Amino acid sequence: MASPSASAHIAQESDPIIAPGHSLGSVTEKISSVVLTKEFRPGWLAGFALCAGLVMVLAISIGWLLIRGVGIWGVNIPVGWGFAIINFVWWIGIGHAGTLISAILLLLNQEWRTSINRFAEAMTIFAVMCAGMFPLLHVGRPWFAYWMLPHPNTYALWQQFRSPLQWDVFAVSTYATVSMLFWYVGLIPDLATLRDRAKNVFAKYIFAFLSLGWRGSSRHWFRYETAYLLLAGLSTPLVVSVHTVVSFDFAVGIIPGWHATIFPPYFVAGAIYSGFAMVLTLAIPIRKFFKMEDLITSRHLDNMAKVMLATGLIVGYGYFMEAFMAWYSGNDYERYLLFKNRMQGPYSPFYWALIFCNVIAIQALWSKKVRRSPVALFILSIIVNIGMWLERFVIVVTSLHADFLPSSWGMYYPTIWDVALYLGTIGFFLMMMFLFVRFVPMISIFEVRMLLEQKKEKEAAS
Amino acid sequence: MAQLFNRRWNYYAKASIVVGGLSVVAVLGALGAYFRSPLYTRQNEFVDQPVQFTHEHHVAGLGIDCRYCHFSVEKSAFAGIPPTKVCMNCHSQVWTQAPILEPIRESYRTDKPIKWVRVHRLADYVYFNHSAHINKGIGCAECHGPVDRMPLIFQTASLQMQWCLECHRNPEKFVRPKDKVFDMTYTKPADQAKLGKQLVQELHIQSKVSCTVCHR
Repeated sequence: MASPSASAHIAQESDPIIAPGHSLGSVTEKISSVVLTKEFRPGWLAGFALCAGLVMVLAISIGWLLIRGVGIWGVNIPVGWGFAIINFVWWIGIGHAGTLISAILLLLNQEWRTSINRFAEAMTIFAVMCAGMFPLLHVGRPWFAYWMLPHPNTYALWQQFRSPLQWDVFAVSTYATVSMLFWYVGLIPDLATLRDRAKNVFAKYIFAFLSLGWRGSSRHWFRYETAYLLLAGLSTPLVVSVHTVVSFDFAVGIIPGWHATIFPPYFVAGAIYSGFAMVLTLAIPIRKFFKMEDLITSRHLDNMAKVMLATGLIVGYGYFMEAFMAWYSGNDYERYLLFKNRMQGPYSPFYWALIFCNVIAIQALWSKKVRRSPVALFILSIIVNIGMWLERFVIVVTSLHADFLPSSWGMYYPTIWDVALYLGTIGFFLMMMFLFVRFVPMISIFEVRMLLEQKKEKEAAS
Repeated sequence: MAQLFNRRWNYYAKASIVVGGLSVVAVLGALGAYFRSPLYTRQNEFVDQPVQFTHEHHVAGLGIDCRYCHFSVEKSAFAGIPPTKVCMNCHSQVWTQAPILEPIRESYRTDKPIKWVRVHRLADYVYFNHSAHINKGIGCAECHGPVDRMPLIFQTASLQMQWCLECHRNPEKFVRPKDKVFDMTYTKPADQAKLGKQLVQELHIQSKVSCTVCHR
């Protein structure tokens, strides 16, 4: 019964992905107006300045690290892997939601991905950048980091392909490359829209250059769809493989608490879990601040919360299985580590805090009311972010600080520089997000328009 | 709406892919070539010394053994740079007035060592041991080249790690009988493949290629 005119409203749907009242033009106008304005809103400027300040902290802590070496960190024997690997795993995990949303949900034809995939992918790229900093800095002399890549050299040097750390190099660099390509290819039609709408000549040329001569001909669209689908196909295995390889950093080591076959699936679930938490942490303020509630609806929040609940339950199962296998194996070291050290040892408050954050707190998500409340979800997403950081802390530190030989036991305490570097990467991540929402269309314009049109056709047919 | 970039830009865009790729290859290739060239390794370069000592004359002409001057080569990591007194053993008798030898005599009079300039420089983090190599049948010339034919000494080998490993991975290709180690005229026999294997056995040469052998 819908009217055939282009500005026809979508008929009321009980739980829409796009709020009623939008036309093709209003979608374009709404999203592109954030970018195509001379105005910098005070809230944006204040947030950006705060994050830029944290980036200064990052610069200082990297500078001091390069001057003095990794000795300024709290790492030492027996805990040789401290904040650097904890933060690396945490950031890489966060990136996974973006890839899942953009690749797997695309292949599964989940329409609701459309309004969140753009900034989830941006989040992935920035998270991978933050993640990459830690191993690079932890090698001590980052200017030699290229030694990790196979290349002809005069040292007759060849990489140690039996080491999972070497696999990390390939996993993470592939991930970064594919994520970046995927994001950029998906941006091209929107960049062309911005080119056509921009008033500023300078902006026009930049968008024209970046949109690679996109004219929107059907041949362009055909090629675009093919390329995008291929990239989605390439990204799909990466959602699973990257964090699997990261988990091998631990699982391949014969340390109690690490040497477990459950690690790969449990890490992948944890990655998606923390990633969705981060998407929510970012999406909720963004939709409020830019008034995007009609494009990022409570249906989106609800769906993301459901994914978070499901993956959170898998992670909880992982914790249970770790404890069960330690008990069931009958191995003294495994049992000691899990029950005496992790649950009752010096770091036990962190363990119980992580159980609270990752297992108990998220049970609230069973309630539809919570899943649809932005405030409750925002708080929960922060709790999950903290919980997932604690998880990596507990895995790394409790297993290392007390291993087979009691004479070599010790404690790990991070220093101010560990904390400064970590805060610095958070600042860098948020600063990049601030730049992104201001200078790039944060929601895919053409995909939302397509969705709108498809809905209309469906309704006309019914 | 008018196009912002005219048609020609299509060609620029396509060309940039090829040119960009080629320039990356060219830059990497140039870097690779530079780091392998004598410009970087300082091979075949004469080095200014306080006295232009000639190995050719002393070794080939007079038949002085390497160990006469480099006395600690069999016992120590360091081969030994001769003190002025070693020079004066002969030069207090021969060429006593030669102007070229004045720095030697001055050093002897004032008891201040001559500042010889090192020609074969390894990186600081490489712990090379001369005695280990000498006692396992690696000839001086294997690394230092035909010193008996060098009027002025220069570095012949690249001294890069891949060059070290060439021998460390296949010592049988380079090893010689122990009594030929200081023989500058020795040439490898036709049956080096067989002899080498046998010498590796006899001299108990264990190919050490792990990092900590040299980088301690």
